[in-house]
Amino acid sequence: MAEALRVEDLRVRVGGVEAVRGVSFELEAGSRTGLIGESGSGKTLTALALMGLLPEGLSATGGVLYAGRDLLALSDDELCELRGDRLAMVFQEPMTALNPVMRIGDQVAEPLTVHRGLRHRQALAAATELLDRVRIPDPAEKMRSYPHQLSGGQRQRAMIAMAMACSPDLLVADEPTTALDVTVQAQILRLLDELVDEHGATMLLITHDLPVVASTCDRVLVMYGGRIVETGSVGEVFDRPRHPYTQALLDAIPPLDREVEGRHLRAIPGAVPGLGQFPPGCPFRNRCPKADQRCAEMPPLAVVGDHPTACWHPVGSDR
Amino acid sequence: MRQSEPLFHVEHVSRRYRLPRTRLLAPPRLITAVDDVSFVLYRGETLGLVGESGSGKTTLIKLLLGLERPDGGRITYSGQSLTREVQVVFQDPASALDPRMRVADIVLEPVRVMRLPGDRRARVEELLDAVGLPRDSAHRYPHEFSGGQRQRIAIARALAPRPRVLIGDEPVSALDVSVRAQILNLLEDLRVGYDLTLVLVSHDLSVVRHMTDRVLVMSRGRIVEEGPTREIFRTPWHDYTRLLLDSIPTLKNRRAAST
Repeated sequence: MAEALRVEDLRVRVGGVEAVRGVSFELEAGSRTGLIGESGSGKTLTALALMGLLPEGLSATGGVLYAGRDLLALSDDELCELRGDRLAMVFQEPMTALNPVMRIGDQVAEPLTVHRGLRHRQALAAATELLDRVRIPDPAEKMRSYPHQLSGGQRQRAMIAMAMACSPDLLVADEPTTALDVTVQAQILRLLDELVDEHGATMLLITHDLPVVASTCDRVLVMYGGRIVETGSVGEVFDRPRHPYTQALLDAIPPLDREVEGRHLRAIPGAVPGLGQFPPGCPFRNRCPKADQRCAEMPPLAVVGDHPTACWHPVGSDR
Repeated sequence: MRQSEPLFHVEHVSRRYRLPRTRLLAPPRLITAVDDVSFVLYRGETLGLVGESGSGKTTLIKLLLGLERPDGGRITYSGQSLTREVQVVFQDPASALDPRMRVADIVLEPVRVMRLPGDRRARVEELLDAVGLPRDSAHRYPHEFSGGQRQRIAIARALAPRPRVLIGDEPVSALDVSVRAQILNLLEDLRVGYDLTLVLVSHDLSVVRHMTDRVLVMSRGRIVEEGPTREIFRTPWHDYTRLLLDSIPTLKNRRAAST
């Protein structure tokens, strides 16, 4: 299958510490990939680096290849041309991503005037249709509203409408439902799924929530300590996890369909280290039950069974 | 469970709030945050409180803690001192702990305020042991700890006045996934070890399913369904409960195309 995006040895430094440490992956065109990580995993920095949206003072090295071009090598102008058009992003908190003093309609219409050269009135008409498509009630009236006049779920829908306005090739969604109620989350995930289908887009969904990935994505990347430690299809990674970290995360989620003996979950010891505090070698080794001297050296991402994992002692093998 | 003694009787309780006027001469608008709610909290049980934002669960907790007074109905606590015996742990330990205070002072604050007797230094050590923090934590400041450890500090403080009821208001929602299980295990250990009655508020239904014996489902200020957790999750009766349960993403319900 054709690839929509290829990331090669991506590295991001934050104040002298490497927070993203050589991340490589590819997104197949039309796939939905979940990038799973906890705080400090580097998942959000990875997403921002892909979009050329790293905060002032941070820069990325490596390669982000899209349609034969390296996004990291593009000028700001060239990136602006792609962003909002071919590449779009949805953030966790729409309140901070939307402009608080600009009407919803003007914001959703903006990418259409900038990238598609539509006249203001045409763009507004198209924006009303988009708001209707993302199932915002009374779209014509909501066009004139400001972000604070919408509910959290409606704001997230408006941001999705804006992201999908130009029918992007790649949609990066960073924790798009984390701040929402569970019923609204279900609606938003369904909406993203439909829109990605309709537009033939590729989606990278960034989240700490494993069940959200299981129910929305077909591929998974698991990040810890700035590295990808395991990757594969949802079935491969969730049904046959090979990295002790992935296995531990799955064990730590309370099951919905049964009682756990003595109400005790298998917890992962310790906490996620702060930036620059991860041990050298495998970043999980200070919390891993299988760790030994060998783990002082970073294991390569290599196929174990049916999918790649970065571990010297993968789950279910004697290695 | 049913034979055990009731700790709280909540009878037809309502709480309304006045919203700010949108226009100077507009009539005041009222919203009913808690609407004719009745239930009993039994000693030794773990009660789950489930609902989405605006369902009234936070107001209900404030009513139980005595931080708010009901406009209608009655709440009866059958212990001796509500202030001492009913304690709460909030979602975000970072904002619940005073950054300028040392852990020992944070943990002992309720003991000091309520002027409870006893050897305070010994009590700090006992509490730190109970929540699994090293004893030398006493002299350190909150920022020196991880999110999970800060939640342990908040739990130690809640335990300090020897409560009978511990209310957890989204106690693990702000924590990393890999740390949540530790805190849930700790709460269960403390419940058993200190004979606590636990009220657990969470939007995470898998947490409620795992931790509680009985559950109240709230929607728009009302309790729409109540019953043993296992039964409610297996055969929800109310439409809203069904919608809620159907909305939970699970590890097993995959997208159709994936294998």
